[in-house]
Amino acid sequence: MKTQSIAEILSEHSILGRFDADSIELLAGCARNLHFGAGEMIQREGDPAALVHVLRTGDVAIEISAAHIAPTVVETVHGGDILGWGWLIPPYRTMFDARAMTEVSCVALDAACLRGKCDEDPQLGYQLFKYWLPHLAARFRAQRLQVADLYGRDDD
Amino acid sequence: MIEPIRIPSALLPRRFRVVVNCPELSDVSTLSILPLDGTQTSGKPGQFNMLYAFGVGEIAISISGNPADTDTLLHTIRNVGAVSGALCGLREGAMLGLRGPFGTPWPVEAQAGRDLVIIAGGLGLAPLRPAILQALSMRSALRSLSLVVGARSPSQILYPAQLADWAGSGALRISLTVDRATPGWTGMVGVVTTRLERALEGCDPANVSAFVCGPEVMMRHSCQALEDLGVPAACQWISMERNMKCAVGSCGHCQFGPDFVCRDGPVFRWDRIGARLRIREI
Repeated sequence: MKTQSIAEILSEHSILGRFDADSIELLAGCARNLHFGAGEMIQREGDPAALVHVLRTGDVAIEISAAHIAPTVVETVHGGDILGWGWLIPPYRTMFDARAMTEVSCVALDAACLRGKCDEDPQLGYQLFKYWLPHLAARFRAQRLQVADLYGRDDD
Repeated sequence: MIEPIRIPSALLPRRFRVVVNCPELSDVSTLSILPLDGTQTSGKPGQFNMLYAFGVGEIAISISGNPADTDTLLHTIRNVGAVSGALCGLREGAMLGLRGPFGTPWPVEAQAGRDLVIIAGGLGLAPLRPAILQALSMRSALRSLSLVVGARSPSQILYPAQLADWAGSGALRISLTVDRATPGWTGMVGVVTTRLERALEGCDPANVSAFVCGPEVMMRHSCQALEDLGVPAACQWISMERNMKCAVGSCGHCQFGPDFVCRDGPVFRWDRIGARLRIREI
């Protein structure tokens, strides 16, 4: 079985794969492979947002929990999605709990390393925003529809 | 001598008897009905009938059963008012009136050789079920068949047993998602648009056809998302719902711009009607 390098994995990603080869190598320098078992927590709300998870395979539940209610899944993300944006917004803390629903394989980008490279190379940073923002916008759009309660009546 | 008034047959209800009233959800039932005159029933996927609860009123309800079954007609009805409530309350042996079938069908047979993606939101799965069954009956002629189903919550998923059967058959790819998870739900959470990219995996968007049915805002966003993914507007169809009374394009209650939904729809091609869905005034 052929083992793929992280750069090869990133170059096949629907969003990050749009970078040129040199930029991919730069990003890969901040990255490592991670694996989570089903049920394992990937991040907890309020923790330092030290990693950006580029999901390769598997499903992840974004959850909100409180003392008086069971954790509520507000969204699921899947292979091809990028998990988290707290890494980009000071003070760099995760905003939600994320739990692996299935076995999850991902490429984890070190957030501090990534920010440093974007600061050093604004062209890289601009491209990252240009490629990543449509993904974020699509998820925002979907969540607005979710809030709109499209299907009306419910007895839950 | 006074001539008797001639009533066009399309306006004259036939009598049907309820064979089974199957509760689907807390406020949704499926009526299985048989004609009293013993004739065969008809209706293409996507068409609707006018169901008459005697002494209460008449409403348009999509056919939701297998189009290959010419003995029994199925209609899935949500109890939202006086007439739908009366219909949902009919027990085995009760009678009702029926006019139809009316309207335009889903163009299932025309999709031979194509990748067919069917997107259902909430009760929108009911008018799509005949199309799914017909697509399954001609499965070998389709390049691929995918079904994306969205519901408000797990308890609001329509036809869960049939969805499980279809998923188990391997004949079609099913993606099921809810807007609001409840404890114990281990499936996807998010609106149907979040599942479309994956539903199209392995397909050339130019070869994809889509049938979409659900609330208008869901259909609008789904068709737009399909266009963004490269599916031509001319290869997408939606099913519209309006207040239909005569069902033959005479009374004007269901007028939607230049079209009457009962006569020119309810199934419309997206490139014909999509722009109108963005006009709030109609």
